[in-house]
Amino acid sequence: MIGASTMNIRKLIIAAAALVAGLAMAPAQAAEGGAHVERQSWSFGGIFGTYDTNQLQRGFQVFREVCSSCHSAHLISFRNLMEEGGPEFSEAQVRALAAEYEVADITAEGGRRPAVPADRWPSPFANDQEARDANGGALPPDFSVLAKARGVTDPFPTWIFNYFTGYQEGGVDYIHALLNGYHEEVPETAPHNADGTPFQLPEGKHYNDYFPGHAIGMAPPLADGVVSYAEGEDGQSVPLTLEQYSTDVAAFLMWMAEPHLVSRKQTGFAVLIFLVLFAGLMYGTKRKIWAGIEH
Amino acid sequence: MSEHSTYVPGNAVEKWLDDRLPVVRFAKEHLMDFPTPKNLNYWWTFGAILVMCLGVQIVTGIILAMHYTPNVAMAFDSVEHIRRNVNGGRIIQATHAVGASMFFIALYIHMFRGLFYGSYKAPREILWILGVVIFLLTTATAFMGYILPWGQMSFWGATVISNIFTAIPVLGESIKQLVLGGFAVGNPTLNRFFSLHYLLPFIIAAVVALHIWALHVPGNNNPVGVDVKDSRDTVPFHPYYTMKDLYGMVLFMIPFAWFVFFAPDILGHPDNYIMANAQVTPAHIVPEWYLLPFYTILRAIDFNVLFIDSKLGGVIAMGGAMLMLLIVPWLDTSKVRSGVFRPMFKWFFALFAINFVGLMYLGAQPAEGIYTVLAKVCTGYYFLYFLVILPVLSRIETPKPLPTSISESVLGKNAHA
Repeated sequence: MIGASTMNIRKLIIAAAALVAGLAMAPAQAAEGGAHVERQSWSFGGIFGTYDTNQLQRGFQVFREVCSSCHSAHLISFRNLMEEGGPEFSEAQVRALAAEYEVADITAEGGRRPAVPADRWPSPFANDQEARDANGGALPPDFSVLAKARGVTDPFPTWIFNYFTGYQEGGVDYIHALLNGYHEEVPETAPHNADGTPFQLPEGKHYNDYFPGHAIGMAPPLADGVVSYAEGEDGQSVPLTLEQYSTDVAAFLMWMAEPHLVSRKQTGFAVLIFLVLFAGLMYGTKRKIWAGIEH
Repeated sequence: MSEHSTYVPGNAVEKWLDDRLPVVRFAKEHLMDFPTPKNLNYWWTFGAILVMCLGVQIVTGIILAMHYTPNVAMAFDSVEHIRRNVNGGRIIQATHAVGASMFFIALYIHMFRGLFYGSYKAPREILWILGVVIFLLTTATAFMGYILPWGQMSFWGATVISNIFTAIPVLGESIKQLVLGGFAVGNPTLNRFFSLHYLLPFIIAAVVALHIWALHVPGNNNPVGVDVKDSRDTVPFHPYYTMKDLYGMVLFMIPFAWFVFFAPDILGHPDNYIMANAQVTPAHIVPEWYLLPFYTILRAIDFNVLFIDSKLGGVIAMGGAMLMLLIVPWLDTSKVRSGVFRPMFKWFFALFAINFVGLMYLGAQPAEGIYTVLAKVCTGYYFLYFLVILPVLSRIETPKPLPTSISESVLGKNAHA
């Protein structure tokens, strides 16, 4: 009797607790008012996901040749590029790369010197105001944690499953969609204004399906063929397409935001396996201790 | 409390110590021999789990404070610095951030357990009140901690919540300025919140000590809610409950670790990865999930009542929703503690739990359309439950017959099984 009714209550409370845990839904709204963001298949997605070194190297190339002329990434150091779990360039490559850049250093002669691996990635503009002035008033966001600063709001009940699948690729999905979401002209599908008049694109803005409000300051940054990827040693080549570039650079953005993702998950497996085994031993011990007690 | 002391100093040194500071005797009485009802279920392990949560937050927090910079220009980057460059920093930081959520999951379960099994009833009113005080302090601590990463939600959450003070007639604006250290959220705010965020956990720890003291006077309540009659109803705390609590803690660490290592950001908000900017307001300002039920109650009062405008009304409702918990022992006058033996209460309680989750859900939704109506309904039931349903049920409900003792109920359960 007592057992049965406490069971019901228990089930109820468990259901309630599960919902409580689920309710921290992220109403990120990055894509609010925009089209549905398609989930991509990322090598780093899911609990077993790891970065694809080649993809990160390609993404870095896109970042360096295209994005970095307007976007800063001030939390990234050159040395990060040779760290394990990242693009894994060699130390010599990173030293050579850093030496191509100049950084401000008041202790150096003339106030500037070539960069070393310990230096941060140099920002393209001295301050936000300069960046705005050069970009028609729009501020190109810093790339350091951008992939985690964007998200996608999933409808019920998808967001509940996210807690169990560990889905956290909303930001990169959004970035990939954004880069592929440009229109040269305002499309038919554009939302009408509140008073029913057709969508008007402000001067100097561009139409994007996924950007909140659709009018984005950034001109389409990528197009087929703008970056030349090197051929692999085995003669294999990667398509030089917008789709490929946007996927690669989005992956690179994810690495910048979460450079320790691979080691984090590796540690996680060790911790979880330990905890599950330990819990099993604890349960056995608890059973043994309580064996003689009616409770 | 020394009636169940079986401590005999083992040697001359222990004897010497026992005559001067009987700390070993105290530990033996309260951590080992303490008679505890033998029928406690796993809901009772959340007390120990909460002690663990507080410990985890304090230890990780102290380490984070060694690397964190409470300055509006540097705070955001210093948290990233911890994640990127400090040895083990990403795990410590993620544990602290996820730990806040896990703390509240355990806290809410612990509170709902108390509400269901009537653990607030005589002679445990002070125990319950101290628990509510811990809840309020923890809420304040968590809120101030969320400001420290200095992201967009940190900043705008602080802005919205500090505006609550302006609802207070006459003194409101002055109180708000005192809290913020200026006219708006800024560097002085960040500094004082950091200082208080470091201080409050130790005050919480002190109240926890009082909470456990108040627990050890009447002893534990239990799932059937009848008092302990004799020693056959109890087992010594050690090894029975030390072991059960440890097992509960390890189980609790599994979802905890899942979030820390596989989904560290899923409980947060993407906007908090954008540095605080007073010029840009996020599309939706949403507090952390554990504050959402009370946030919904705050927003639900969007109408004026007599001379009280909607803003002050919302603040009164939200404050009332939390402070009302303090008088629950006197609202529910039913002599039967455990909800198991209260056929009507059980259903109202289940509805209350669902309603609480509903309030939480609504807090994350925009205040428009159907959501505002639902928010009012859920807020209404929250107050109705405490102010009307509990007092009325106490009078009209016929409880089921109680077992005469814990031992009897245990035997009965096993006979049915």
